[in-house]
Amino acid sequence: MTLDKLLLSIGGGFLVVFIYWFFFGKKEEVLEAGDRVDIIVDGGYKPSVIKIKKNQKTKISLLRKDENSCLEEFIFPDFKIKKYLPLNEKVEIEITSTKVGMFKFHCGMNMFNGKVIVE
Amino acid sequence: MKTISKAWPNKNLVRKSFPIVGMHCASCAKLIERKLNKTPGVISANVNYASEVATLEVENHVKDGDLAKAVADAGYKVGTNIEEEKKKELQNLKVKIIVSSILSLLVFIGSFPEWFSFIPALLSNSITLLLLSAPVQFWAGKQFYLATWSGLRNRAASMDTLIAVGTTAAYGYSILSILGITKGTYFDTAAVIITLILLGRFLEAKAKSHTSDAIKKLLGLQVKTARVLRGGREIDLPIEEVKVGDLIRVRPGEKVPTDGEIAEGQSSVDESMVTGESIPVEKFKGDMVIGSTLNKNGSFIFRATKVGSETMLAQIVEMVASAQSSRAPIQRLADIVSSYFVPIVLMLSVLTFTIWFDLGEPVRALINMVAVLIIACPCAMGLATPTAIMVGTGKGAEKGVLIKDAEALETAHKVKTIIFDKTGTLTLGKPVLVSFAGKTETLQIAASLEQGSEHPLADAIVSGAKERGIKLLKVISFRAISGKGIEGIINNKKYFFGNRGEKNEMVQKLENEGKTVMLLESGEKILGYIAVADTLKEGVKEVIKELENKGIVPWMVTGDNQRTAKAIAKEAGIKNVLAEVLPGQKASKVKELKEKYGVIAFAGDGINDAPALAASDVGIAMGTGTDVAIESAGITLINKDIRSVLTAMSLSRATLSVIKQNLFWAFGYNVVLIPAAALGYLNPMIAAFAMAASSISVVLNSLRLKKIKI
Repeated sequence: MTLDKLLLSIGGGFLVVFIYWFFFGKKEEVLEAGDRVDIIVDGGYKPSVIKIKKNQKTKISLLRKDENSCLEEFIFPDFKIKKYLPLNEKVEIEITSTKVGMFKFHCGMNMFNGKVIVE
Repeated sequence: MKTISKAWPNKNLVRKSFPIVGMHCASCAKLIERKLNKTPGVISANVNYASEVATLEVENHVKDGDLAKAVADAGYKVGTNIEEEKKKELQNLKVKIIVSSILSLLVFIGSFPEWFSFIPALLSNSITLLLLSAPVQFWAGKQFYLATWSGLRNRAASMDTLIAVGTTAAYGYSILSILGITKGTYFDTAAVIITLILLGRFLEAKAKSHTSDAIKKLLGLQVKTARVLRGGREIDLPIEEVKVGDLIRVRPGEKVPTDGEIAEGQSSVDESMVTGESIPVEKFKGDMVIGSTLNKNGSFIFRATKVGSETMLAQIVEMVASAQSSRAPIQRLADIVSSYFVPIVLMLSVLTFTIWFDLGEPVRALINMVAVLIIACPCAMGLATPTAIMVGTGKGAEKGVLIKDAEALETAHKVKTIIFDKTGTLTLGKPVLVSFAGKTETLQIAASLEQGSEHPLADAIVSGAKERGIKLLKVISFRAISGKGIEGIINNKKYFFGNRGEKNEMVQKLENEGKTVMLLESGEKILGYIAVADTLKEGVKEVIKELENKGIVPWMVTGDNQRTAKAIAKEAGIKNVLAEVLPGQKASKVKELKEKYGVIAFAGDGINDAPALAASDVGIAMGTGTDVAIESAGITLINKDIRSVLTAMSLSRATLSVIKQNLFWAFGYNVVLIPAAALGYLNPMIAAFAMAASSISVVLNSLRLKKIKI
C-alpha cells in the first residue's frame, strides 16, 4: 500500500469514528420543567429532553428560528399533536400525561427529535 | 358594526381574514376589533377569540400593512397565514427549479461535448461550467447548507446534510481539478442532483398537500353567514356572530348554518356530507339539525344549540385532525431506523471513498461516495406510515366512519371476535308494534286506550295504529293499573289492555320470539293479542353473515333475559349470546373473551357501554350514542349504519396494506440501492432521480387509498 493510500485509510477510519462520536456520543441536556417550558427550534430542539411530572399540565412554547423546512412541522404522536411552526412565531401546546414513560417528538420527517420524560 | 348583507356583495369591497397572535382574553378581541374598525377603509371587523382569527370587510384599496399596523398598535401581532406561507414557499421553490433546470441543462450539455458536437467550445470550458453551476450550488442549494449548518450545531444530521455533503464533494473535487490537483470535472453531477432533488421536493409537497384533502373538504362545508331573527327582523350575520339560543331561518336549498333544534316548520335534510348517511332525513319540530347539512325542500326556523368549535362538524374536524397526528404502532421500527439513518450513511460514504481509493480508483471513489450520499432516502421511511394514515382516516370520515387514532385503524383488521351490544346497536332501541291477533278493531281500541298512557310501550302501539291508518276513539274513565295495564270505557263498553299474568299458548309462543305481549279484554273475554318488540336494524343480518364469512366470530351481549336475547340473536344470525349481563359486567365479559379469543372489538352506544368499549382492543361506538361512548371508542360510526362496521374493517385492511407496501418499498429501496451505489453500479445523477422518485411514489401510493372501494 502506498503512503497516500495508507494515510487516506487512516484518515477515513478516523473520520468514521469521529462521525460516530459526533452524532451518537452527545450528551443530552435534561431540563426539569415546571408548568411551562420554552423550546427553541433551531437545528433541532433546545432543550431536547424535558422531564415533567405525571398528571401535571405543562405548557410547551415552541419558537422556530430555523428556516429549514423540515423543522416547520412539529409532531408529538403520543399526544396527537401536529403543529405548523411559523418562523419566529411562538406556538403553544399543552400536554398532561397520565402515564409515566418516555415520549418522543420530532419534525415532519423525523430527522430531528426530542423527548419528554414523564416521572 | 355593519352587517355583511348591507354591503356585500359589492365589487369595491373585499373580505379578508388573518390569524392573530397574543390574545389572552375575550376583551383583547374587542380591543383589536375597535382598532381595526377605526382604520380608514375598514367596513367591518370581527375578531374571534376562540379561533384567533380576524375577519374583515374592507374597501379594496386598504393595504395589508395598514391592518397589521392597527393590530400592532393594539399590542398584538398578525400571525402567519399558514396556507399563504406554504404557497409562497412553493412559489419560491418553483422559481429556483426553473432557473436551476436551465443552468443544469447547459452545464450537462457543456460537460459532454462528445455527445453534443453543435455546442460552442466556450460552453465546455471548465471555468464556464464552474460559473454556470455556482448559482445552482449556492443559491438554489442554499437551503441544504443552511439546514446542514443548523443541524451540525446541535450535532444532528438530516436529509439535507447528505445532499449538501454529496454535492459539495462533487463541486469541490471539480474545483481541485481546475487547479490541477485532481482529474475530471463533475459540475454537471452537482447541479443535476440539486435540481432533481428540488423538483422532487416540489412534487412531493404538492402530492402531500392532497393527503389532508378530507379535512379541507370538511372545513369547506362550513357556512359563512346565517339568517338570524333578531328584534322581529331577519338579518344576515357572519357565522362567528351567531350565539346559542339565536333563532335562524333556513330556506329550501340552503345549508343549515349551525347545530340546533327545529322550532318551527319541517323539511327533509341531506346530512350525507357530515354523517355519510345517504338518504335525506325528515325533520320535524323538536328534531335536531346538524350545521353544514343541506336543507332540501321545506323551510324551517331552528334554535342554535351549538356554535363555533362545539358544533358536530368542528368536532369531527378536530377528531380527524388529531387522528392524523397520532402514531401507528407499525411506524415504530421506521422511526428508530430513521433516527440513526443519516449518520450511518455518512459513515458508509466515507468507507466507500476509502475502499475505492485504496483500490486505486480515486475518481470512482468520489463518484460512488456521492452516489451513496444521494441515493439514501430516509424521507420515504418517514412518509410511509403517516401519509397512509392521513388519507385513510380522511377516507373514513367521508364514509361516516370516524377514527380516533392510528392505533385503532391499525388494529381493526386484526379483530377475531366482535361483541355487539343488543339495544341500540343491533336493534333500533325502541319498541315497535310487530304483530296483532284479532280484528282491526282490537288495535283501534288498544291504541285509543294507550293514547293517554305514558308507558314506554304506548308510543309503539299508537304509532303502529296510525301507520295502519286507524282512527283513534274517545276514551272515558281512563285508569292505569300499575304493573298490569290500563283500562277505560269506549262507546259505553269497558276494556282492559295489558297483561295480568296470562300464560296461554298464544302468549307463550309470542314471548318465545322475544316479544312483549299485551291482551285486550272486555269482561272476562280476550278480544285479541298485540305484540311489540325492539326490532333489528336494517342490514344486521348481512353484517353478521359477512363477518362470519371473514372468519370473525360475532357475539351479542344484553341485559335481557335468555329467552328474549336468544330470540333476537336467532333473528340476527348470531350463535353466541351473553344474556342477563348487568351493565357493570360488560367490561369483564369483554376481558374474558379477549383472553380466550385474542383481538376483540366491542360495538355499543350507551353510557353503560363505555367501560366495555375502553376494555376492548377496538371500541366501535354508534354515532347516535352518547358522548361518553364516543370518547371511549376508537372508531365512531356517525352514519349510524351498522354496515359501517364492515367499512371500518375494510378501511383498516386497505390502509395497512398500503403502509406495508410503503415500508417494504422504503426499506427495500435503501437496503438494495445503498450497496449498489457503494459498489459503483449507480450514477449519482440517476441516484438523485431515484431518491426523488422514492419519496413521491410513497406519497402517491398512500393517495391511492382515496380511490379504493370499501
